[in-house]
Amino acid sequence: MNSHEEDRMKQLLKQALPPTGDPEPERDLWPAMLQQLDAQPAAPPWFDWALAGGLAVFAVVFPASIPVFLYCL
Amino acid sequence: MQNESSTVLDEFQRGDPATFDDAFETLFHLHQRTIFRWLMRIVRNPAAAEDLTVETFWRIYRAHARFDPARGFEAWARTIATHAALDWLRTQRSETELLIDVAAPPASDPAISAEIRVKTAKAFSRLPPKLRIAAVLAVVEELPHKEVAAALGISVAAVKVRVFRALRLLRKDLQQQGITP
Repeated sequence: MNSHEEDRMKQLLKQALPPTGDPEPERDLWPAMLQQLDAQPAAPPWFDWALAGGLAVFAVVFPASIPVFLYCL
Repeated sequence: MQNESSTVLDEFQRGDPATFDDAFETLFHLHQRTIFRWLMRIVRNPAAAEDLTVETFWRIYRAHARFDPARGFEAWARTIATHAALDWLRTQRSETELLIDVAAPPASDPAISAEIRVKTAKAFSRLPPKLRIAAVLAVVEELPHKEVAAALGISVAAVKVRVFRALRLLRKDLQQQGITP
């Protein structure tokens, strides 16, 4: 595709999909946001899961460390 | 565009239960319209853009600890919104969700018929979502490549490649339908 064909395709695309301008939401979205926050308690981040997994593996490989962990808690 | 105090951003980033909810609500009200407009540019469907605005802020809520106040909230939120839109586009059947208004585009070229515009829009909706987003932001919305690159988390060169690939695939699709652009 040469540059002339590329420009032609750009023009065609702009004609097919006009710019959206500055649309506004039809409603305040905060109530929907509150509903979402109430419905889904925040999940622990992935690194918390990774840390827990790492500790579990460590405990399996070195079971003698379990009392040390329990003592630290 | 919109300014929030560094206190609000710090409170949001720290996630202290005493101040976090108020900071999040302030940021939501300050930026919901901007994020909605950004999403509309990508998905071109008001109902989907509203849902994705909420989804974006839900992701923002969960990711507050990774926010860097020095980078600015809006650019960060835009990146998250773009990825939310990308996920949404991947779940959609092509051709059905794109709202196509070809009846009277502003300053329409008389040489391009309504039928060709419809076929072009439908062919565009069949492109891979990653290419669609790059093309719609860079070509249709005429945003600077740098801004598109930041939103997609890729380089400016990668944006140019995606736009070129999108146009080439679009041209090929139209040619297969007997249209010579």
